[in-house]
Amino acid sequence: MRKFIERHTFWAIVILLVAGIFLWMIFAVWPDWLVSALGRKKTFVNTFLNGLTLAGLYFLVASGFTLVFGLMRNVNLAHGSMYLLGAYIGYEAAEASGNWFVGLGVAFIAIAVTGILLQVLVFRRMEGDDLRQTLVTIGVSIVAADLMLAVWSGTTYQFAPPEWLFGAAELPIISTIRSSGQEVFIKYPVYRLAVLGVAIAVGIALWLFLNRTRIGMMIRAGVNDRDMLAASGVNVQLVFALVFAIGAGLAGFAGVIGGTALSIAPGEDIRYLLASLVVVIVGGMGSVPGAAIGALLIGLAEQFGLAYFPTYGVVLTFLIMVVVLAVRPQGIMGNS
Amino acid sequence: MITDKRTVIAAAVAAMLAGPAMAQDDSVKMGALATLEGAFTVLGEDSMRGVRMALEEFKYTAGGKKIELITGSSDASPDSAIRATRKLVEQDGVQVLVGPLSGSEGLAVKDYAKTQPNVTFLNGSSAAQDTTLRDPAENFFRFGTEGAQWMAGLGEYVYKEKGYRSIAVLAEDYSFPYTQVFGFLEPFCRLGGEAPADARFWVPIGNKDYSSVIAALPDDVDAIYVALGGADAVNFLTQYEQAGGDLPLVGGSITVDQTVLGSKGRTRDFVIGTPSAGPISDTWDDPKWQAFVEAYKTQFPDGFPSPSLFAHAYYINTKAALLALDEVGGDLSDGGKKYREVLSNLSFETPTGMVKLDERRNAIADIFLTEVSEGPDGNLLNKTIKVIPEVSQTLGVSYDEFLKYGPVSRENPKCG
Amino acid sequence: MADLSLIAGKSRLPNIHPAALVAAVFLLFYPAFASNFFIFQVGAYTLVLGTIALSLMMLAGYGGMVSLSQLTVAGLAGYLMAILGENSVGVMGLGWPWWLTALTAILAASVFSALIGAISVRTEGIYTIMITLAIAVAFFYFVRQNYVIFNGFTGYAGVEPPVLFGIYWRDPTPFYYLSLAVAAFFFFAVLYGARSTFGLSLQAIRDNPRRMRAIGYDVTLHRIFAYWLAGLIAGTAGVLMVWFNGRISPGSVGVDIVIDILVIAVVGGMRHPIGPFIGALAFVLLENFAIDLIDRERFNTVIGLAFLLVVLFSPDGLLGLWMRIKNALKLKRRTLPESGGGQ
Repeated sequence: MRKFIERHTFWAIVILLVAGIFLWMIFAVWPDWLVSALGRKKTFVNTFLNGLTLAGLYFLVASGFTLVFGLMRNVNLAHGSMYLLGAYIGYEAAEASGNWFVGLGVAFIAIAVTGILLQVLVFRRMEGDDLRQTLVTIGVSIVAADLMLAVWSGTTYQFAPPEWLFGAAELPIISTIRSSGQEVFIKYPVYRLAVLGVAIAVGIALWLFLNRTRIGMMIRAGVNDRDMLAASGVNVQLVFALVFAIGAGLAGFAGVIGGTALSIAPGEDIRYLLASLVVVIVGGMGSVPGAAIGALLIGLAEQFGLAYFPTYGVVLTFLIMVVVLAVRPQGIMGNS
Repeated sequence: MITDKRTVIAAAVAAMLAGPAMAQDDSVKMGALATLEGAFTVLGEDSMRGVRMALEEFKYTAGGKKIELITGSSDASPDSAIRATRKLVEQDGVQVLVGPLSGSEGLAVKDYAKTQPNVTFLNGSSAAQDTTLRDPAENFFRFGTEGAQWMAGLGEYVYKEKGYRSIAVLAEDYSFPYTQVFGFLEPFCRLGGEAPADARFWVPIGNKDYSSVIAALPDDVDAIYVALGGADAVNFLTQYEQAGGDLPLVGGSITVDQTVLGSKGRTRDFVIGTPSAGPISDTWDDPKWQAFVEAYKTQFPDGFPSPSLFAHAYYINTKAALLALDEVGGDLSDGGKKYREVLSNLSFETPTGMVKLDERRNAIADIFLTEVSEGPDGNLLNKTIKVIPEVSQTLGVSYDEFLKYGPVSRENPKCG
Repeated sequence: MADLSLIAGKSRLPNIHPAALVAAVFLLFYPAFASNFFIFQVGAYTLVLGTIALSLMMLAGYGGMVSLSQLTVAGLAGYLMAILGENSVGVMGLGWPWWLTALTAILAASVFSALIGAISVRTEGIYTIMITLAIAVAFFYFVRQNYVIFNGFTGYAGVEPPVLFGIYWRDPTPFYYLSLAVAAFFFFAVLYGARSTFGLSLQAIRDNPRRMRAIGYDVTLHRIFAYWLAGLIAGTAGVLMVWFNGRISPGSVGVDIVIDILVIAVVGGMRHPIGPFIGALAFVLLENFAIDLIDRERFNTVIGLAFLLVVLFSPDGLLGLWMRIKNALKLKRRTLPESGGGQ
């Protein structure tokens, strides 16, 4: 962090300024000229929070994707299918047990096992052939999408989260002050705040795991130099299987989280695959902090786009991607 | 040895490449086209149930000829619809075709129909206005109604009965919702209601996260008109409830239908009382509709709890095709000319009332004004408020007058 | 992944194989005995799809760059035909003469392809597939939302090929020969181009970019140029595609079709330019007649499984499978080992 400030003083100041303005815009009561320029404060703050929470969801999905790529150079284009399958399995488990948290756990485990199976049965057989591995994942995602359609049909599914997670909470942020002097506070869905909390918790846990445990260090060593790791006598296959399990499991986990925030329907696999792709391209392949930064940028861009110019919201996302690729092809946090 | 093999292959290839198999004298080939793949598979399957019901009613014979049904499938894109249609017409040699399912497919099939003047096309459930309104094809018939007709009476109802004066609009950004918004706002605005352009929100189709749009919805309107379908509608309703939204809603034809109300997950009690309109109503107590629902249930125990508007539309169009065949005695030898004349003047009793065609071969039929209410077992369904009789495509004004309104778009009609 | 067998295999081509002669005669006289449906929807459509897949095969097979945005390039050309030329929708349709429209569309598509190349070749290998996939999906979303230029969800209809020499070029037989001419032209261009200096350096770059860079080759420029050439192929096929369909809409450039093109190229085989056409034929036959044999509902499972089987067990596609069978037969007959054409 300090190194960054020393090296890029100008950019550090710009980032601090932008952050400062955002904070002011969130907590201050808006003067009239700002309201006439940007519309109501409620819209702005809600959009900002939506961007943050969506970023949390994107981070959950993309962190697994980037982890797997970082270690194994395996672009798992079936990652979106794992998200969707996790959501469906989680839904069935939650329905059967009547407990949402059971669904969450079952989704993580089931998809982690699926990931291990894929790694052991398919990818291990074609190690080093990146292209073929990627093609296999495309094939898997085509078949998986169609089979899921056969099993769960085109109906939309929605989870019923615990009652205390549903509904809106009043935030200590003033929206406007009525003419009577009464302060109006901003209301925000509790569940979405929970999504953000879970994403931050998962992010911290991943960081601790990678930086503070022996296995984590092996994984990081493997990201930097795979051959050296193998030469040092570590059972690489075991590490690979573990990382794949975590990466896939996170996708399944995100399936339930995302399926509760939004919904489960055919086509969501492509949507989240795409989100993961863009997030890691922007953030840098293989980097977990990169996934966090990428998710933040894309989440905010998508929501502000949707609220302020809905027609071209999607395009804004891709503009960011193209700009990043043009300026820094390896992504913001990627190693060149 | 090698030459032997080659001759066999050549013969097989030649047999395959030969032109369309001609129908035998005692049978008529009928094609049915729906989306049997992709995300709309469930709807396509229900459409085919509608076709089978009509055929079953006629015991697969009409005008003394056996009806041979050949199915075709698209993935809801116009390109695939055209390829499937071309195969049915040019390869399988169908003389009558029922389909397709969705709006842009319908426009594409109408264009194709012009190149096949000897084949008769009947619409499935596609509901775009221009399929019959502008530049229609002589051999394309629509015995079901379309998106703007479906909204008949709703604008008037919410203005007069509910007392709404200003309305925000939230709809998907493509032609079908444009048509519905037009059909709803046209009478509403003429009465003096307001729906200014900056209170109309057009979201990309397939959008799942409505939270930011909900935050941007204005507070100072009386209600929100929502024209979203399927998963999009389910997402919006949940997120609107979650965000603590409290404005009353007005629904498009597929916003509060059974696919949305019956979706898996929490029940949405707050939509009770939401008015909507469409070509069918789940709880109509007319005996003809009840009999139709019963027949559907016995014939397809694995179908929906009640026939969808897709099954209904395909049923009506197939039935029209068969009735007309009966009338011409199964004679299509003149390239179907006489057959199409009969179709043009056909008028018959459907489970939802009488239907007849206007001069551009679009249906004039009854529309149902409904309101979401709680059913006997706690499930949500649409209760019939009233039946709007004989709704025409031009919504009661003359053809020329109606054309002056202009094609449907985000800004049509301007009001407020 | 690759070796020099491609180049070695090709040097034998000038002495024409009898099977190639039979195929050529068959293709030329096909309309004489096939029905309109088979000429147009099977024959011509196979050639158009095959040409789009050919542009992917050229990039992937010779350049090692699997670009998923080739259909997008073709789609842009198709859209430009509707925008610059004439359409029946009443949006845009500037009414340029057909030859100018087609020329502009193809050139613009090739420039677009080169731009995609410029963005994606700066990163190595597997990034290409991700970036081009993201671009393809972005293009799909963009045309679906943009009403001013691309007419959004509805897209364009009524895009007509010209009437030239008294011939309406969408009639089955003329359109078939038009597609055949285009496909054959690009087929031979790719076949012989692979042995040109540029073709050889591209393959050398594919096999060892670092070494080529060290020798002093501008690797990036070579790759971008390859993208530009692939753009010419895809763009021309795009013009044919829009003439074939008579319309273009976001569904024509959707992600499922993007994947279909990849499936066609991979299933056919990426080692030889004939591969994409074999793949396209298999795909078109399956698309049209699967409904008569099996339940159409699970069409995508069939396609996906075929693709998976090929990737898992015959990485060189149907073409590779054929070579292997041929070699096995030869071995049996002569009991003498022989160095086969494929490996």
